[in-house]
Amino acid sequence: MIVEASDTISVSTSEDVVKVRQKVRAQAVALGFSLVDQTKIVTAASEIGRNTILHGGGGRMDMDTVRQGGRVGLRLVFTDKGPGIPDIARAMTDGYTTRGGLGLGLSGSKRLSNEFDIKSTPGEGTTVTLIRWK
Amino acid sequence: MTKTDSIIPQILDKYSTQVMKDWAAQISAVTIAVGDDLNEVGARFFTALRQGIASGQFDDISGPAWAPARGILEELSRERAIKGATPAQTATFVFSLKSPLFSLLGREIKDAPTLAREIWTATLLLDKLGLYTTEVFQKNREEVIARQQEEMLELSTPVVKLWDGILALPLIGTLDSARTQVVMESLLQQIVTSGAETAIIDITGVPTVDTLVAQHLLKTVSAARLMGADCIISGIRPQIAQTIVHLGVELNVMTKATMADAFALALRRIGKTVRDREQSNGEKKKPQDAAAAEEA
Amino acid sequence: MDQIPILKIGDTLLVSIQVDMHDRLALALQDDLTAKIVETRARGVMIDISSLEIVDSFIGRMLNNIAAMSRILDAVTVVVGMRPAVAITLVELGLSLTGVKTALNVDKGLALIRQMIDGEEGSLDRRGE
Repeated sequence: MIVEASDTISVSTSEDVVKVRQKVRAQAVALGFSLVDQTKIVTAASEIGRNTILHGGGGRMDMDTVRQGGRVGLRLVFTDKGPGIPDIARAMTDGYTTRGGLGLGLSGSKRLSNEFDIKSTPGEGTTVTLIRWK
Repeated sequence: MTKTDSIIPQILDKYSTQVMKDWAAQISAVTIAVGDDLNEVGARFFTALRQGIASGQFDDISGPAWAPARGILEELSRERAIKGATPAQTATFVFSLKSPLFSLLGREIKDAPTLAREIWTATLLLDKLGLYTTEVFQKNREEVIARQQEEMLELSTPVVKLWDGILALPLIGTLDSARTQVVMESLLQQIVTSGAETAIIDITGVPTVDTLVAQHLLKTVSAARLMGADCIISGIRPQIAQTIVHLGVELNVMTKATMADAFALALRRIGKTVRDREQSNGEKKKPQDAAAAEEA
Repeated sequence: MDQIPILKIGDTLLVSIQVDMHDRLALALQDDLTAKIVETRARGVMIDISSLEIVDSFIGRMLNNIAAMSRILDAVTVVVGMRPAVAITLVELGLSLTGVKTALNVDKGLALIRQMIDGEEGSLDRRGE
């Protein structure tokens, strides 16, 4: 996978979630994603961005344009140094609610993305990576 | 591996006008079928070529020094693809540089091994550049084909209005995942544009349905419901019904055997019925009398 | 902080969400609406989301909450104007708008609210007989 362009934005306030949506939308448009695909990745970004603030205590999003095997994609990496998620499998179950609801956010974002990865160490933080290919 | 000891850069600098002239002659002789003035592009490419060569990087044209040259070749390739030229014609644009360059090398270099080495270097480089145009050409053709396929998809699955507030989508042929998505998005858009609260998806003309397609259909029905419209699926053949049960897909949608039944249901939902025309005294007219009365 | 305007048409409150809301604004809207329903004794609430390009789980929960609170306050809620791309994404996301009726546009939404309010009153009469 080749990383072409990169951008980083800090995610700590609820206004930042709006910024995340706008940035991801702009880049998705620039890369020529269809309207539905744009909507899917922006919505996924909104979900994970919010999780980063509410459950991760704030962090950042790295937005990369990636290329692999002739196709172009948009990769978002959300990182926080929060408490982490002890039971990822359970957190990914639809509707699982803790402290206001991680439930739909994680599993829903996974469904909205082509590739999805989550790494979390309790006490150290969480990293969520999602990719939408054009 | 760089070829800083090659004299090709000096030759191109010293004889640039001559090379350009000979090259232009070669191009017009070979690509006369495509016509129009390639000299402007040729001049720009030549400058970019010398830029790339000046970097000393002869082996690898993917680096930044060759970016201008690549850019011009991409532009040329794209333009030629649209005009219907063959890849060979476009690649020849680069390959025809060999002849003027080689004759110059032959004139300037008397030592046979050195001449052989320089010609080899030049050949490798020009081959790479020529092949690059073919790659780009190929990619562009594929993009054109993909776009045409998309347009064909949209044309072949029109959404029709049966009545105020009732749309129908008659699907014909084998559905694949991509086609189904395009078609469904089009249906949802039409629902918004026409304000139709009922959409009939008729699959009489669809021979088989797999899990993925069935799921797309159901997702579309759910999306329509979220928006404030309802769908009816009609024309489910026995084989498809069996497949759906076999696959364990839950059909959470209204279904009707034929589009006619679906239409009748849709009409009832909007409070309309179909009845025979009557005379003013309440008697039912015979169809021929009605027609005669119309013409009068 | 900007506020989302709430209009009153007869016994219906109309909210048109035109901006990309941050979470605090959405919560403020929830509170404002609830207060206005009580203040005006509205029987219907119509939320126009035709300008929204994104509806995520937070906004979805907001809509569900508004519908639930309205019902307790004896009002019906109808959401109108959902865009196709939003609907498709919501289905994929797995969010269901329970207790929220939807209509394609403002006209149909008002008609639906009318139908629901009048229908209720009709049935109430029958019970009273």
